[in-house]
Amino acid sequence: MDFLLEIGSEEIPDWMIEPTLDHLKTAFTKLLADNKLKGEVAWAEATPRRLAVLVTKLPKGQKTQTVTETGPPATAGPKAAEGFARKMGVAVESLVESNGRFTAQRVIEGRTTGQILAAAMPQLILGIPWPKTMYWLGKGTPRFIRPIRWIVALLGSGVVPFEVAGVASSNLTQGHRRLAKSKKPIKISIANYEQKLLDNFVVLRAAARRRKIEAGMEDIGVKPDAALLHTLTYITEYPTPILGAFEESYLSLPQEVLITVMRHHQKYFSVLRPDGSLAPQFVAVMNTDADPEGFVRSGNERVLRARFNDARFFFEKDQEKTLAARLDDLKAVTFQKEVGSYFEKIQRMMSLVPEGPARRAAELSKCDLTTEMVKEFTDLQGVVGGIYARKQGEPEAVAQAIYEHYKPLSMEDSIPATIEGQWLALADKLDTLRECFRVGLIPSGSKDPFALRRAAQGIVKILVEGEINLPLANESEALKTFFEDRIRHYFRDYPYDEVNAAMAGGWSDLKDLKARLEALRAVRTTENFEPLAASFKRVKNILEQAKFEGGPVDPAAFDDDAERDLHTAMQNVRTGVGYRQALENIATLRPAVDRFFDKVLVNAPDPRVRSNRLALLFQLREKFSRIADFSEIVIAQVA
Amino acid sequence: MDSFQEIVFKLKKYWADRGCVIQEPYDVEVGAGTMCPETFLRVLGPKPYRVAYVQPSRRPADGRYGENPNRLYKHQQLQVILKPTPKDVIEQYLGSLEAVGIDLRKHDIKFEEDNWESPTLGAWGIGWQVMLDGLEITQFTYFQQCGGIDLDLCPAELTYGLERLAAFLQNKESVYDIEWAPGFTYADVRFEDERQNSVYNFEMADVAMLWKAFETHEAEAQRLIAEFAKAPSERFPVLSAYDQVLKCSNLFNLLDARGAISVTERVGVIARVRKVAVGVAQMWVKQQTPEVAA
Repeated sequence: MDFLLEIGSEEIPDWMIEPTLDHLKTAFTKLLADNKLKGEVAWAEATPRRLAVLVTKLPKGQKTQTVTETGPPATAGPKAAEGFARKMGVAVESLVESNGRFTAQRVIEGRTTGQILAAAMPQLILGIPWPKTMYWLGKGTPRFIRPIRWIVALLGSGVVPFEVAGVASSNLTQGHRRLAKSKKPIKISIANYEQKLLDNFVVLRAAARRRKIEAGMEDIGVKPDAALLHTLTYITEYPTPILGAFEESYLSLPQEVLITVMRHHQKYFSVLRPDGSLAPQFVAVMNTDADPEGFVRSGNERVLRARFNDARFFFEKDQEKTLAARLDDLKAVTFQKEVGSYFEKIQRMMSLVPEGPARRAAELSKCDLTTEMVKEFTDLQGVVGGIYARKQGEPEAVAQAIYEHYKPLSMEDSIPATIEGQWLALADKLDTLRECFRVGLIPSGSKDPFALRRAAQGIVKILVEGEINLPLANESEALKTFFEDRIRHYFRDYPYDEVNAAMAGGWSDLKDLKARLEALRAVRTTENFEPLAASFKRVKNILEQAKFEGGPVDPAAFDDDAERDLHTAMQNVRTGVGYRQALENIATLRPAVDRFFDKVLVNAPDPRVRSNRLALLFQLREKFSRIADFSEIVIAQVA
Repeated sequence: MDSFQEIVFKLKKYWADRGCVIQEPYDVEVGAGTMCPETFLRVLGPKPYRVAYVQPSRRPADGRYGENPNRLYKHQQLQVILKPTPKDVIEQYLGSLEAVGIDLRKHDIKFEEDNWESPTLGAWGIGWQVMLDGLEITQFTYFQQCGGIDLDLCPAELTYGLERLAAFLQNKESVYDIEWAPGFTYADVRFEDERQNSVYNFEMADVAMLWKAFETHEAEAQRLIAEFAKAPSERFPVLSAYDQVLKCSNLFNLLDARGAISVTERVGVIARVRKVAVGVAQMWVKQQTPEVAA
């Protein structure tokens, strides 16, 4: 048997839908497991107004089970036996003595699948973890993302009866708000569910809606935008793209501004000419089937025109005052209440970057915060500054650095392309981190209102990928700990023990850290490496147990060849030869180390011999842990 | 083609037919229809209510001397409160669009997530901006909290931007070209209001006077809140105290437009307005409880 659940809701925010479908699949899988029901979650799909799940291959119900329950000791007497039998719902004569205790055979009737689902659905539905919920029936009533308006719950051909937030389950769904054939609810079966929806202008499957949008834009050179496509897929039930146009004259505005207006404010795709430049066109995606009289197109065009007019007004107004002339205005713009103004921030940033274009860029970097354009389109901070700097005749390196100094905006985003841009981005982020940490604004748990994690992550990314050596070792302890986490996150695709080992060898220079990680990865699989790593772990433990803190090695005090050989082998290992070669060289110590542990008892009775052996091991660890601390390497079978 | 006033008549009639009291605009300056006592106070407590009214809403910082085709110092909102929310509220809302002549079969309508929040009023709700052919024409909100108090019933609030709606219906590029009544454009009726108040708000408003007025009205609101705490009664002028809050809010907006409030100060001043707003909301709720009302 199949089970179909459709939760009919008012329009759900698009970005919450996919995580919710994932949750629903998990919740159903768990429900089946908890109730020992076979069955498969076939799919979970959604539109803005409905979340639907199909579970297939369900049995009629649970099997009837016979369970043996153990009761009081047989010596407890007939009263105890009667009590136990009553509690178990069996006749006292049926009790059997086993291992000195009364036992009862209890038959547990399996519940039908319908009963299980009916009982579980309200909690499953209201248990969906939404980012932000509301109530609509009054204080203290159930919460959901938006009001629940109908529920379809069909097991085979029958309705599974239950009620959630005053809505009783049924076999009635609803079509598209305007295009449905009738405003009356639509009776469906599991077999005809998707077709009935389609007949009423609801494309249930997100992939199908996405294809419908893509098909409608096929011949138009739309600027690809996966995130926008995703959004439009989930704010429509019957998406249809239409092409609109705007006057060529708006193309004199910066392209970034035009795209931001279209994308962020209007959810339009931009259109590109064959040469890659912006065409005076856009694609809007309607939640309806057609625009026969062109009303939707002309309406959208008019809205866009008004938006572009605003942008043009801002752009022209902004040209009345150069970025440089705005410097003083930054004294009145608060960066952070406890820290001070943006004017003060740029002074600090300027001292962090090399002289030349980077310093000029730092000086002007925040001036665009006072422009009308950035006040209106905050996402364009930096970008607008860069465009204006170029227009106002600042050197290209200055303009470019300002343009991209907020990058990288995420782990996936690229770092600034120019060295000046990289320095400026580093200075901006490092200053923010230092100052926020200084006044105690340190992120905790999920709270990170000033996006400090992103700032630190950006620094790590720029240092590694820009191959810049900016030592982080002089930062405060709290900030260093914070960076450590970000570095681990950055290198999350490397085995964690290799990251630990390499970081134990120091991480102030991230370019260097990466080189050591690469080398470690390359030698990890070689024959001698892991056994040697195991020995290093042993060395570490021995030194820790002995609380030995170093001392001179005296070759005259050796009394075993194994010691002498190890010492000689250590002298012969060349480490100043590139990390990979150095590690390979170190790995050749393995036989000597193995022999040492085979032949020699470190804890020799003679204190002088003992301390000399410890000194040898100490030197071994000291000398060969600079690239990576091998004792951090986790080995499956440690000897 | 319907004139601006005809559109207003039709919307009022539509909501009157659905059981709404048709109120007149509130006579103290407000930044939005939400701030009128008909919304801010009536949504509190357990008594059902339905009301619709046009509210001229002042946003001094949005003034553009009558030169920008889309931005106004004072715009007109049609505010509808349905408490509690009927189950078919969205269908009723869509019906109102059809009532003013929008054939929804020929247009594109979308509900895009937009949760409304007013820090100065300690109020927030969950909802959407309603997009008609890419134009935001209505803010639709399920009120959750007001004056920091959870609402007993969950009212739906529909706020129509009347200028946008009229410009859309009349196919006008500028709000000033909207026909307000036969023979009168929006500019004929409102242009001087926009221009002169922009001049005053941005250039001439006396900052010291505004601060003094702010403090005077704030003190009066605080005094009334303190008096009520000592001796709550059914006849206590809670509504008068709320007028003082509205005065504070408008004065804050004027000071802000005048550039007299630094970014640092802003949060603090908002908190002051919020404090008296929350105080009055609590008075209102308490006054409605049986032991005070008795």
